[in-house]
Amino acid sequence: MFRSFLVTGAVAVAAVAVTPAFAQQTVTVGAIEILSGPSAAYGTAIKAGLELALDEINAAGGVLGGKKVALIVEDSAGNKDQAVNAARKLVGRDKVPVIIGPTLSNEMFAVGPVTNERKVVTVGTSTTAVGITAMGPYIFRTSLPEADVVPVTLKTAQEKFGVKTIAMMYANDDAFSKSGFDSMKAAAEKLGLKIATIEAFGSKDSDFSAQLTKIKGLNVDAITVSALVEPISGVVLQARQLGIPASVRFIGGNGANSPKLGEIAGEAAEGLLVGSPWFVDKKDAINDKFVADFRKKYSKDPDQFAAQAYDTMHIVAKAIDTAGAAESDKIRETLLKTNHTGVMGPFTFTEGRDPASTEGVVVLGMKGGKFQILQ
Amino acid sequence: MLSQQLVNGLVLGSTYALFALGFTLIFGVLRVINLTYGFYFSVGAFVALWLARSFGASIWIALPLGSLAAGLVAVVVDGVLLTRLRRTKAGELPSLMVTLGAVLALYSLMAALIGTDIQRFPFGFVGSTALEFAGIRVSLVQMLIVGTAFVLVAVLFLLLQHTRLGLMIRALAENEDAARLMGINVDATVVAVSFLSGLLGGAAGVLIGLNFNAIQPFMGEAMMLRGFAVIIIGGLGDIRGALVAGILLGVLEVLTAGYLSSNAKEAVGFTILVLTLWFRPVGLFGRAQVKRA
Repeated sequence: MFRSFLVTGAVAVAAVAVTPAFAQQTVTVGAIEILSGPSAAYGTAIKAGLELALDEINAAGGVLGGKKVALIVEDSAGNKDQAVNAARKLVGRDKVPVIIGPTLSNEMFAVGPVTNERKVVTVGTSTTAVGITAMGPYIFRTSLPEADVVPVTLKTAQEKFGVKTIAMMYANDDAFSKSGFDSMKAAAEKLGLKIATIEAFGSKDSDFSAQLTKIKGLNVDAITVSALVEPISGVVLQARQLGIPASVRFIGGNGANSPKLGEIAGEAAEGLLVGSPWFVDKKDAINDKFVADFRKKYSKDPDQFAAQAYDTMHIVAKAIDTAGAAESDKIRETLLKTNHTGVMGPFTFTEGRDPASTEGVVVLGMKGGKFQILQ
Repeated sequence: MLSQQLVNGLVLGSTYALFALGFTLIFGVLRVINLTYGFYFSVGAFVALWLARSFGASIWIALPLGSLAAGLVAVVVDGVLLTRLRRTKAGELPSLMVTLGAVLALYSLMAALIGTDIQRFPFGFVGSTALEFAGIRVSLVQMLIVGTAFVLVAVLFLLLQHTRLGLMIRALAENEDAARLMGINVDATVVAVSFLSGLLGGAAGVLIGLNFNAIQPFMGEAMMLRGFAVIIIGGLGDIRGALVAGILLGVLEVLTAGYLSSNAKEAVGFTILVLTLWFRPVGLFGRAQVKRA
């Protein structure tokens, strides 16, 4: 206790001494994303989105009257401890006023208490679990919580395809998947859907035959899955292999919202439904420009994670600019007053620091290995 | 539904057994807890994937070549990492630490070179049609897995019991110094065992990658824990034990998930593992070691 007291004190003194010299040329923003390991695809997409926005911000003259914005991206490798260490480094050594990320809700639950205590604004771009922003007044997120997206998807399934009885599956060892499942269950109960069974699996599992064989015997109309895209692909493939007919639709949580699903599961994923706060083919001028610029810079299509990161970088830069100084407390105040129109549509924060509007949610259906906006 | 669940268990168990064969061989003969084994598994899968994608190789070419490549990688990795430790008779703990460090480095290297995106064999690489009789569905890949597991166990068993190489390997497993004094070329035998285990690991990687359509550098890591459970339950170095323990584990996991609760699935294997270590530490088929002066 005494020791941590000392360290905190020392850092505070150092911060006072260093800040004036530091703030002259650039404003440095930190990010913690998964850049290595099995889930690196998410962090890499987010980093690409952030950097694209950063280029635009700096090309347009930066913030605070001509200061460039610099970005330090730390790798969490999907590991909670590594994410916390990265946060301590960004706060303690780099003295960033704002941290973007971390990538997974699991990591955010570990990092949030640390950064909130140090009063550093932390903005999740991809953390959709329940309870993220409840961790403290410095924790924000720009990703629509799954609890807001899932009801739209389930309602569409019920109204358009007459889904009445469902089986529910989820990965039970991951905060994101479990929380997504909780939201799905609440939404399903509210809509009066009958839940025939609830089956769990591990997010690193590759065999789901036991659970799916059980579900096959229950004759459900649809199967909901809350997990990351890898296990969802496996579930979908094995379901068709075990002879669950294509008329039984899959309904995915946020993790299913990835082009990877079509690449891995192919025909097996046909008809799968997922709700998304953003979609690449969404037609409006801001989105068209974003997609074109992203393709030009990275020679591939952006995904939802890149889009959310892109908007977030703009939102954060704007907040720093209006705050008039690269200080966390002032940025927190201006962030709360955000009114931004980005690729995900009009964006404001609720008082609870969550996104306020579900206006931009689109329900997508898998067709021929690709997602399309459901007509 | 029960018969389908039993088939599911047999297939899952065969994947565990396939993975465990080479692992138990290293453990039983070389007395080394070699954690790089999971890496050979990934190598086999990726070489086969590369052959299938770049040259349109069929499974009958990709499977042996993928396994062969994994065998060669195993010889090199084992030689570089462990020869020195073996010479100084460093024991199990140093080799455990060395292979632990090495396998992390190897996975990261592979991830850096190939990327961590999950990949799959081309659609139609092996016919995806499933056979159906009496309400039970089995796909071609699944039959291939079960068949290969049993064939490999038989071949390995014959090799160990009825060939000169097998005799040398068994002598090495019994006592390295005595084997050396009897004129056995221990170094060559060690290379042969490394190659064999890598070969088996690679074959498992190809088939399991094919069945689950999820090939990525860390795929071997996920299998390692189950691999440990299987070789301890089956008895260290016991080929038949690995098969029986693998299938036992697979069937029990599937039945637990199907009839009890899918939340308890993970607990099964490790409960059996603990029970085995309590009541029969030599494994199902192991014989207690007798130390003779």
